[in-house]
Amino acid sequence: MTGLILRTLLSHWRSRPFQIVTLLLGLIVATALWSGVQAINAEARASYAQAAATLGTDRFDSLRPRGAQRFDQRAYVALRRAGWLVSPIVEGDLRLDGARFRVLGIDPVTAPADLPARPDLQGDALTGFLGQAGLILTGAQTAGRLPADADLPPVRVMDGIAPRTLVMDIGTAQRLLGMSGQLSRLIVLPEAQDGIPPLAVAGIEWNRIAPRGADGGIAALTDSFHLNLTAFGFLAFAVGLFIVYSSIGLAFEQRKPMLRTLRALGVPLRLLMLVMVVELTALALLAGIAGVALGYLIAASLLPDVAATLQGLYGAQVSGTLSLRPAWWLTGLAIAMGGAGLAAADTLWRTARMPLLSAALPEAWHGAQRRAQRVQGIAALGCFALAAVLSQTASSLTAGFVLMGALLIGAALSLPVMLSVILGLGARRARGPLAQWGWADARQQMSRLSLALMALLLALSANIGVGTMVMSFRDTFTGWLDQRLVAEVYVTASDAAQGQEIQRWAQGRVDAVLPIWSTETRLGDMPASIYGVAQHATYSDHWPLIEELPDAWQSLASGQAAMINEQMAGRRDLSPGDRITVPLPDGGEWPMIVAAIYSDYGNPTDQVMVDVDLLSERFPDIERLRFALRTDQTAEIIAEARDRFALPSDQITDQAAIKALSLAIFERTFTVTGALNVLTLAVAALALLTAMLTLQLMRLPWLAPLWAMGLTRAALARAELLKVMALALLTAILAIPVGLGVAWVLTNVINVTAFGWRLPMNVYPADWLRLIGLSLLTAAIAAGLPVLRLARTAPRTLLGVFASER
Amino acid sequence: MRFLWILMLLPGLAFAQGFAGLGNAPQDGFATPERGVSLSFPADHGSHPDYRIEWWYLTANMTGPDGTQYGAQWTLFRSALDVGERPDWDSPQIWMAHAALTSADQHFVAEKFARGGIGQAGVVAQPFEAWIDDWQMSGPTLNNVTVQASGQGFSYALDLRADAPFTLQGDAGYSVKSAAGQASYYYSQPFYDLSGVIEVEGVQVPVTGQAWLDREWSSQPLAETQTGWDWFSLQLDGGERVMAFRLRDEAGQPFHSGTWIAADGTVQPLANDALLLTPLAIGQSVGPELPVEWRVQVPSRGLDVTTTALNVDSWMGTLFPYWEGPIRIEGSHSGVGYLEMTGYD
Repeated sequence: MTGLILRTLLSHWRSRPFQIVTLLLGLIVATALWSGVQAINAEARASYAQAAATLGTDRFDSLRPRGAQRFDQRAYVALRRAGWLVSPIVEGDLRLDGARFRVLGIDPVTAPADLPARPDLQGDALTGFLGQAGLILTGAQTAGRLPADADLPPVRVMDGIAPRTLVMDIGTAQRLLGMSGQLSRLIVLPEAQDGIPPLAVAGIEWNRIAPRGADGGIAALTDSFHLNLTAFGFLAFAVGLFIVYSSIGLAFEQRKPMLRTLRALGVPLRLLMLVMVVELTALALLAGIAGVALGYLIAASLLPDVAATLQGLYGAQVSGTLSLRPAWWLTGLAIAMGGAGLAAADTLWRTARMPLLSAALPEAWHGAQRRAQRVQGIAALGCFALAAVLSQTASSLTAGFVLMGALLIGAALSLPVMLSVILGLGARRARGPLAQWGWADARQQMSRLSLALMALLLALSANIGVGTMVMSFRDTFTGWLDQRLVAEVYVTASDAAQGQEIQRWAQGRVDAVLPIWSTETRLGDMPASIYGVAQHATYSDHWPLIEELPDAWQSLASGQAAMINEQMAGRRDLSPGDRITVPLPDGGEWPMIVAAIYSDYGNPTDQVMVDVDLLSERFPDIERLRFALRTDQTAEIIAEARDRFALPSDQITDQAAIKALSLAIFERTFTVTGALNVLTLAVAALALLTAMLTLQLMRLPWLAPLWAMGLTRAALARAELLKVMALALLTAILAIPVGLGVAWVLTNVINVTAFGWRLPMNVYPADWLRLIGLSLLTAAIAAGLPVLRLARTAPRTLLGVFASER
Repeated sequence: MRFLWILMLLPGLAFAQGFAGLGNAPQDGFATPERGVSLSFPADHGSHPDYRIEWWYLTANMTGPDGTQYGAQWTLFRSALDVGERPDWDSPQIWMAHAALTSADQHFVAEKFARGGIGQAGVVAQPFEAWIDDWQMSGPTLNNVTVQASGQGFSYALDLRADAPFTLQGDAGYSVKSAAGQASYYYSQPFYDLSGVIEVEGVQVPVTGQAWLDREWSSQPLAETQTGWDWFSLQLDGGERVMAFRLRDEAGQPFHSGTWIAADGTVQPLANDALLLTPLAIGQSVGPELPVEWRVQVPSRGLDVTTTALNVDSWMGTLFPYWEGPIRIEGSHSGVGYLEMTGYD
């Protein structure tokens, strides 16, 4: 019997193939966008975990000397001979043909056995790894990127090594990086727990850095980025569910008589419900599989941009190719099922409570919709109230997204009420029967269209919000780059000796040689970099300060003042005049007053700026490699330096090139956001289209009398098109304030908590016009097909309305 | 005759294959031991980087104030990937060390690895110093050294003194390992008197006893059919010392060799047929089963003793595992000693 019921229910779809197509399409699109975003996030996180595992920063403590990037390897031997179980690491960047690779030099003899890239002491893997020829271990992808003509040790492909990372013996790494006798850090072996002698061996003050977890700490930095993607994925998913909801709701309305007949024939309600759930599950499974497959394609096409963004923003290495994870497939299917269940819950509930004998009355649903509108209105007010509270108090990223969610949901829920009010006002002013009918009909129609219009509103306001944020950011960023990049030429020496040569050589040739030296350290329990800058008008005239004490620049030279970046000020709650203390490599401390706060976009970490002479005096081991040169003969200086010091092009660049690079990174950062934005809008258009198509079937009884009264089918079609476009226009106009609200949340709450910088928010009315045009176009396309069908409806069908009971 | 031979013996073990790259290529520039070369001290206490493998191998039988017996092992191995020494990480020398402390019911093991060339491990002949990380054996001469090591749950610091000259094993230090003629340079100091302190799980115990040092280096692998060996050092109550080993051969009879060392240090080599080693009982619960009780016979000297392990579970679960532990001697003579067994897994 179950089979028979199922066949009966399924016969509905056979007679209305379009309905099942929209149902499946909605579910597929929703699942695809959601799982696509999840796939990107999972891939990125897997890459972080792999990188951390390759580097050993996921499980092992590290020792680094305070205030220096490298140290004499004799300190390592001294620690070992004092009983410390540590293993040496040499790290650095290798630039080959402009591509950058991370070199990781390990000592396989002392490295922890479970460091993924460590050659097995008992296997053949070690053959050739040690010794003068050396051996590079790397992943297949990275091996393919190595230039063929580079003078490198032989390469062996090995699984499980992080992208763009070359693992080799520590001696080989020292040779390649020019770090003879120098080490970067030490891994503390897990066995080394008890009876540890004091740390201060070999005259070096060590920082012991705890393991940063499976993601190597990069996740803390990239969280905001992934949360952004997730939010977009969720938005798209929600919009997709609108489609599913309206398809299922329509199918229910149309199947009502069928369900009643089945019940009247004696089918128990429980069995009927069961069969409906089975039907829904089968559809959801089908759509889920297709959705996950589509999601994979979306993720695969977006991933290279995501990888480039994460590399540019955070230096995080993410594989550019997607691997298939079973867990991800399963979650994709689960989300499809869950979504279908969510969208169908209402329908199933109504089936369960359906009175057995009352006739099919679509108007009854209409009445219910009106009641629902009241509930929606109240819920919307609740959302707005929550948003208002959060806008004042939100201080975490999650709270920021809750705020945005409350704002968007509140706006969506209040849309039908707002449109009703506007249409009601319109109806009162209308002259002539046709216009009055038009307004009233639009209002009536809206109850069925409102879900699709909500989807459109969400998509449009997200679009305006993100667009405003991105454009504000771009304007601010460009202006800031102009302020910050004042020097004409930037040069990076290959080693300290060359740094000195370059400094000597440049002194007579350019107007100023400004060292830009820096060191990484920890302030409190967070990493920070200390930058040294010279006393020069280049900085005091241009550097973008947000807040400052009087004579901020002059006070740097005294050694008693420092400037800090905006993110550090925000995270540590510092203002000009507050005190900070920088730990020194000799164990001492350097107390300073915050003299100014500067904006520092695109930099995820805290930064302190001090006088360069004092910095190099107090951090004697600092790397003296980078210089900014002031000159009006940019091209000549670059050409001469390149010749003289054999500098590759990425080590000597002019201002324009750096600006172009920074902007390129910036643009790439938002490529993915842009793509998701467009996809969300497309989904909204689809929602509108499905709603229109289903509506058109139901509206014949309303239109047929008008046709009978003498309106032509073409005129009816025109009126229909006009109404839909009017509704879309109203929605788009309402989306502008909502979008600005979203932009405000993005720039003033989410950016601040995620990145630590505040942005001035600009408005771009031209963009709104473009979006209004776009939504009208969307509506026209969505309404076009149903309207065309209306215009071509056979008079017999219209007549049929009067003849048959629906 | 000591443990690292196994590395050269078993093709499956890549310390030999990978590290030392032995494979089947004996002609690779390494020096080989030659009969008739006289050893020179103290220079030969130091390392011989032109030879593929070398070790400084100390075992000690000790007694606590209450008569409790203990055994200690301190071993430093050198294995060369290539001939000679080069500075810094280019050094082809790899160092490995094992330390153990054994009582009747406990057996502690620790191991260490280090690269040559950077000072993390090495040996200097005079004044003598052998070290890896914080383990060391050092003193003004090799006859007067302090040995220390520590690991999870144990540590020891032992002073060793010997008046006797070093015992040259085999033919004046040229020790043959197979019928085919593979050989090593091999000398010992079997006459150390020992006093010191051991620490077992936080409890310090003063100890006294005797210790035995083996020094050996070579470049030649054992014959391919030799699967493992059983090696004994016996310290008899009458002051005599006996070194005896047999190399088991899957293709035929085991190869025996040994040295009888009189209390005054006079040496008499024991040839293949002058020595009988017979397993009596199989035991051990932590590693593979192997003979923990033996009958050792040297008919020409009237020696016929049974050896029993102080702790049958003296398994060295190191990267390259083997059995090494103190033994008691009963029968025609009594005393203590050490037994090493490899190739049973």
